[in-house]
Amino acid sequence: MTEVLFWFMALFTIASALMVVLNNQLLYSAIALLFTLFGIAGLYIYLWADFIAGVQLLVYIGGINVLIIFGIMLTNRIASVRLSQTNLQQGVGGVFAFWVFLLISLVISKTPWYQLPAVEPSGTVREVGTLLMTKYLLPFEAASILLLGALIGAAILSREAN
Amino acid sequence: MENIFIKYSLLILFLPLAAFVIQIFFGKRLPRQGDWVSIGAISTTLVLAITMFVAMIMKDDPDFYQEASFTWLDMGDFEIRLGFLVDNITVIMLLVVALISTCTHVFSTQYLKGDIRYSRYFAYLGLFTFSMNGIVLANNLMSMYMFWELVGVSSYLLIGHWFEKDSAANASKKAFLTNRVGDIGFFIGIMLIYNAIGSFAFSDIFDGVSSGLIAGSTLTLAGIGLFMGAMGKSSQFPLHIWLPDAMEGPTPVSALMHAATMVAAGVYLSVRIFPILTPDALLVVAYVGGFTALFAASIAITQTDIKKVLAYSTVSQLGYMILAVGTGVYTAAFFHLLTHAMFKANLFYGSGSVIHSMHHALHEKHDHETDPQDMHNMGGFKDRMPITYWSMLFSTLAIAGVPLFSGFLSKDAILAGTLSFAQHHPAHFLLPVFGFAAAAMTAFYMFRMMFLTFHGKPKMPDIIDDIHESPKEMTGPLILLGTLSLFIWYTLPYFNPMSTHGWFTDLVVPSDSVVPGNPSAQQIEEGAHHAHHLAMYISIAVAVLGIFLSWFTYIKKGLSAQAWTDRFGFLYDWSFNKYYFDENYDKYIYQPSFRLAERVAWIDWELYDRYFINGFGRLTNWASKVTGKFDFDVIDQFIVDGTGRMAALFGRKLKTIQTGKLQNYVLYVTAGIIILMVIQSF
Amino acid sequence: MDQLNNYLFIAAALFSIGLFGVMTRRNGIAVLMGVELILNAANINFVAFSHFGGMNLDGHIFALIVIVLAAAEAAVALAIVINIYNNLNTINVDEASRMKE
Repeated sequence: MTEVLFWFMALFTIASALMVVLNNQLLYSAIALLFTLFGIAGLYIYLWADFIAGVQLLVYIGGINVLIIFGIMLTNRIASVRLSQTNLQQGVGGVFAFWVFLLISLVISKTPWYQLPAVEPSGTVREVGTLLMTKYLLPFEAASILLLGALIGAAILSREAN
Repeated sequence: MENIFIKYSLLILFLPLAAFVIQIFFGKRLPRQGDWVSIGAISTTLVLAITMFVAMIMKDDPDFYQEASFTWLDMGDFEIRLGFLVDNITVIMLLVVALISTCTHVFSTQYLKGDIRYSRYFAYLGLFTFSMNGIVLANNLMSMYMFWELVGVSSYLLIGHWFEKDSAANASKKAFLTNRVGDIGFFIGIMLIYNAIGSFAFSDIFDGVSSGLIAGSTLTLAGIGLFMGAMGKSSQFPLHIWLPDAMEGPTPVSALMHAATMVAAGVYLSVRIFPILTPDALLVVAYVGGFTALFAASIAITQTDIKKVLAYSTVSQLGYMILAVGTGVYTAAFFHLLTHAMFKANLFYGSGSVIHSMHHALHEKHDHETDPQDMHNMGGFKDRMPITYWSMLFSTLAIAGVPLFSGFLSKDAILAGTLSFAQHHPAHFLLPVFGFAAAAMTAFYMFRMMFLTFHGKPKMPDIIDDIHESPKEMTGPLILLGTLSLFIWYTLPYFNPMSTHGWFTDLVVPSDSVVPGNPSAQQIEEGAHHAHHLAMYISIAVAVLGIFLSWFTYIKKGLSAQAWTDRFGFLYDWSFNKYYFDENYDKYIYQPSFRLAERVAWIDWELYDRYFINGFGRLTNWASKVTGKFDFDVIDQFIVDGTGRMAALFGRKLKTIQTGKLQNYVLYVTAGIIILMVIQSF
Repeated sequence: MDQLNNYLFIAAALFSIGLFGVMTRRNGIAVLMGVELILNAANINFVAFSHFGGMNLDGHIFALIVIVLAAAEAAVALAIVINIYNNLNTINVDEASRMKE
């Protein structure tokens, strides 16, 4: 059952991702992105990463995706004009992207991955929190400063030019 | 209390340097041309030096010794450490330098009033004080050598202060070059010692010598080499010629450098290196010193320029000190250095005061022909300039060796040492003879100077009314240093005008020579003690004789100087012309060098340049024409321009893919990644 | 589902799709969505390697920081896009080609 669910989720994710890049309606793309992110959160659950999955839902779906939808609303006359959403190099780009996928897959299948067995933890939140406050305190603080900088930068950029 | 010595020493060293830097860059723009900056810095060093001196007296420790050093150069095995050494001798010497330097600064504010390079003059004084303190504080020969050269440079700058005058410019060059001769010996000595011992520090050198790393004739040679440096700076025969000419500099400079400090550097060096001088080297030192003392005194007798008399007197007194080092009583040499610094600086200030006054009087009369320094134009100044007179009289009594004055004590110590040396080595009986004869002459010529200047009838009656006492900036140092000519300051806390026993002998005790074969300090001291009374009687006798003869000749007119001059004409000529030293150096050293240089120059011009260099020139010319053609036709036209044209062509082609569209670039990047991955996969 | 390669293939697919989006979409916001796909592909890799490397949580931290980065990037990029829209009245990236000059 879980096996089936997993493959369903994987295909659902990839299909949504394709929708994101192929759909002509920008808003539909954004909604498809939402599904993709949701699917990825599901994959995280399969990988025992409960905390990351939660963050994925909160930040990506609740934050970033909503932001993107806002952006679309602010900049597009959605219903009025329908333009081609893709540029002239669609064919070449497709071929290239496909090649990239093929080559990465080749690498993945040829590499003998070194793996360690592990038991399922009862939850990762505690450990992740400890790591963030000890070993990764500096990156954590750096990330918060980055966020602050981005916040101020975005505010300055989107201000009315005067 | 413990560490003030090193800290204060550093301050004393660098404050004058700071004053120099400020003065040289901003001096002209500061109010009063910044003389207060220099005076402030120097008087601060004086306060610090006095503090150190008092601390030293309180400590009352003859073995007091502090050292601090740092690594200056570190090249693997080759390491040079520089540093400071503070002991009793250093502290006394720092006080002397600071005191005389302060007096000179104050004195100069009046003496050089209105000079066009006023601020620069004070800057150079600061530089000099810095380098002199550097010599005093050095704990090794290397940094001493550096500061030694710096002193030479500042002396050059100050002697040539009025470089518009040819004589001043030449005198500064002469001083610098003559010093160089001695410095070459100094450097050879340093290198000999470094080669054998591998260190420049005095303590290491003493250890090395006593453990026999360097001995015998090498050590003698090294000692004489180092002493040659002292000969140059302390103006010893035959390198004495620069000091009298150095009187072309401003008189306060003469007082500071050419009486009290710079010329004392040679004596200071001799005192420092005394323990490593071998008996042979000491003998050389003694003879050079003794001969210089007598020889210079005999020249001073006939000089008419007041500053020249003092200059030769200085050479003679320095000869005394060197003689003392040579005969082993080197603490007596240092004692004489101390007393001499005070009274000789004072005599120079006095002469400066007289000259200043003469200059103004002549200026009033619009007389620019008469020489304001010639004693034959003076006379009868006693009542016009009482402070100058009395102050100079005190110093004259001191230098003549009259009891109750400082010079008596130190001179007596030197003569006692010399006499004792001759008693142990009868073959060298000439040394004390030199000493006592020079003492008699000193008394004679110093009083001759005093009588000619201050007593008798005015020789230029028309200017005597314009002769006035100098301003208080000039009389202040005179009063101070005149008082310091009294014996009492040097024998405290005891009061015995006949004995040198006092704080100085308590604090500066001679140490043993580290060279095997030299008598120990105790033996020398005992010998000097035994000879003390005899030396004292003779020295008083010759001083009185000299003064009496002088009085009889110039006041009583019982002897006619003119008649004596006529009778011993050739002797007078010799003495008056300084034994024709300059002329003979010119004839036998300078001129042959010039001729040799001309010959070499001829070879250089006529042979080397004409055939060798010019031949090369023609060859090069031809070769460059050929290569020029090749360069133009092949390199420029084909390779250089061709490359340019190729680049332009490719540029035009490649320009088309620069679309400015972001996604094109992403596409190119992706293509690149694909290519790289394909290459990597196979 | 217990195979590392499965996750890696999914990530590779997402990456390629994202790359395709970045290369071909005209709209700036759509390009941004492609970038988000690429970042998510990387995140899947991090978490997957973490899971199959003995549940070493360092990968999770990296994924977290990537998410933070993505948030910052989205905020700034959208601000830029809105600015471009205000200035050029379009957000098509191929029309914003002043960089050529």
